[in-house]
Amino acid sequence: MTAVQPQPPVQDGVEVGTTATTAVKGHSRVPWRFLTGRAAFYLFTLWAAITINFFLPRMMKGDAVDQYLSRNRNVSPEAADALRALLGLDTDKSLLQQYVDYWALLLRGDLGVSLLHGLRPVTEVISQALPWTVGLVGFATVVSFAIGTIGGAVVGWRRGSRLDGLIPVTTFLSTIPYFWLGLLAIALFSVNLGWFPIGKAYGVGMTPQWSAEFIGQVIHHGTLPAATIVIASLGGWMLGMRNMMLTVLDEDYVMVAQAKGMPNRRVLWRYAARNAVLPQIQSFALSIGFIVGGTIVMEMVFSYPGVGKLLLDATNAKDYALMQGVFLVITLSVLVANILADVAYAFLDPRTRQTEA
Amino acid sequence: MRDALLTVRDFSVTYDVDPPVEAVKDVTLELRRGEILGLAGESGCGKTTLAYGLQRLLKAPAVITGGSVVFHDRSGEDVDVARLDAEQMRRFRWDKISMVFQGAMNALNPVAPIGAQLEDVFEVHRPGMSRAERREAAAELLDIVKVGRQRLRSFPHELSGGMRQRVMIAMALALRPQLMVMDEPTTALDVLVQREILRQISQLRHEFGFTVVFITHDLPLLLEISDRIAIMRAGEIVELDTAERIWTNPQDEYTKTLLSSFPRLTGDRGVVVR
Repeated sequence: MTAVQPQPPVQDGVEVGTTATTAVKGHSRVPWRFLTGRAAFYLFTLWAAITINFFLPRMMKGDAVDQYLSRNRNVSPEAADALRALLGLDTDKSLLQQYVDYWALLLRGDLGVSLLHGLRPVTEVISQALPWTVGLVGFATVVSFAIGTIGGAVVGWRRGSRLDGLIPVTTFLSTIPYFWLGLLAIALFSVNLGWFPIGKAYGVGMTPQWSAEFIGQVIHHGTLPAATIVIASLGGWMLGMRNMMLTVLDEDYVMVAQAKGMPNRRVLWRYAARNAVLPQIQSFALSIGFIVGGTIVMEMVFSYPGVGKLLLDATNAKDYALMQGVFLVITLSVLVANILADVAYAFLDPRTRQTEA
Repeated sequence: MRDALLTVRDFSVTYDVDPPVEAVKDVTLELRRGEILGLAGESGCGKTTLAYGLQRLLKAPAVITGGSVVFHDRSGEDVDVARLDAEQMRRFRWDKISMVFQGAMNALNPVAPIGAQLEDVFEVHRPGMSRAERREAAAELLDIVKVGRQRLRSFPHELSGGMRQRVMIAMALALRPQLMVMDEPTTALDVLVQREILRQISQLRHEFGFTVVFITHDLPLLLEISDRIAIMRAGEIVELDTAERIWTNPQDEYTKTLLSSFPRLTGDRGVVVR
């Protein structure tokens, strides 16, 4: 009796395929397989990013202490060794051991100390710079996305009208190199007209606090950099949304919506723009990820005390601990942005929910 | 003799491209209340353009160059469609004339549940209805077309082609219109589903008493279901007569060609052999 036993038919008929035999009332089931799959993917990415983050600085020539010694001559060799030990750069440990130590410290939230900033903990240094970047660039990105997408939807809806002229203008503005745009803005509005301060996040002599005066200062200082970011990035959002609108407007369901006697406004937002915005959400999530790291030029031009400037200074000074810390934050923010995009997409596009479950 | 529902006179539509294309040329026809008018003709002959043109749904570069469309409402009022302003036109659409479209696959908004798309119609055209009433009306419509109210929350991609087309028919029924224009409603479906849907349409028509303009290039199908048939060619109606007379005694050369180009089961060429 070694013959192949007849296989019993698979019983979970409801789970197989997409056509449930009985429609499930209420909310759709939680797609656990999809969620665990995504979670595993993100955990792997995180591990890879942190590992690369660990090895990259160690492949560079020279270390932070060498840099430090070249700037501070009267440091004894013993003190230099002590510094190395403090920074985890003592070479007698194996690479593997260093790697394990790195993880141990990381899990305790200890990113080491920054040489460049008088041996203050890296977490502290970064957490001082992060709010400025996230606040300013995040705000500017959201504003630019909102204006560009809404504007693009309207321009796409009224194709062939005079509004079409907006597209080349915004595209032209976004082709100007950013540093040049920033310098022009400073030259015009700060130097000649004197409407805005030349740089920094707040006036000299102020200490950060939750007072009306300080917040006013921050807004005053932030207007110019935020405005230039919006101007530089608006074109992309607008063009993308308009082109998607043109595609979607040719879809049958838009025609059906019009035949149904829907008011134009409803057809525009609920039918056309609602579908056209989906690819925009993808690129928006990507750009959220780059908020933290992608604005070094802006922070240089406006001497803004953000993460980009921190990273640049850290790289120049070979301050590995700080570099690693900044890279880690950037990596994390890109990952978080991707997770948000996944969630938003699943929320906005029912088709992705179904097919990946 | 039944009274008229829609009078179309010298209706012309031109696609304003280079060179201009006269898609519909001086079409004159009278639609009687309660009948099924079949509109047949080869692809590109202007059937769909005519149907869209009646509701002024055409987009540039299409231009309605002449003629009039008058809708004789049940209330006794005559509505000259060309005279309506944008807002009146919007109210007129779907309320008096609804449509079932060619592409059942893409006619539903992919990101909204079908229930919401049905309720949409009530929300816009019957602002007096409460949320619960709208939901109930939408559920009832899905029951009528045998999709079932438990599908209210389904998204279009979760339904088969036949189901989607039935959802579209439910949507077209929503406001109990007097005229339903069906633009090749079954072309994308296989013959069995097609038959089922046609049976349903005729049943619904008995129940709700709407008039149908049925557009297709499937002449044998029209011969079976319609009261009268209009044969269109190159933007013109070349023949308009009862289904029976089109079948037994076609006048126009083109109609004869059309009839003889459908194979018959016995192997002879053409449905009608002359």
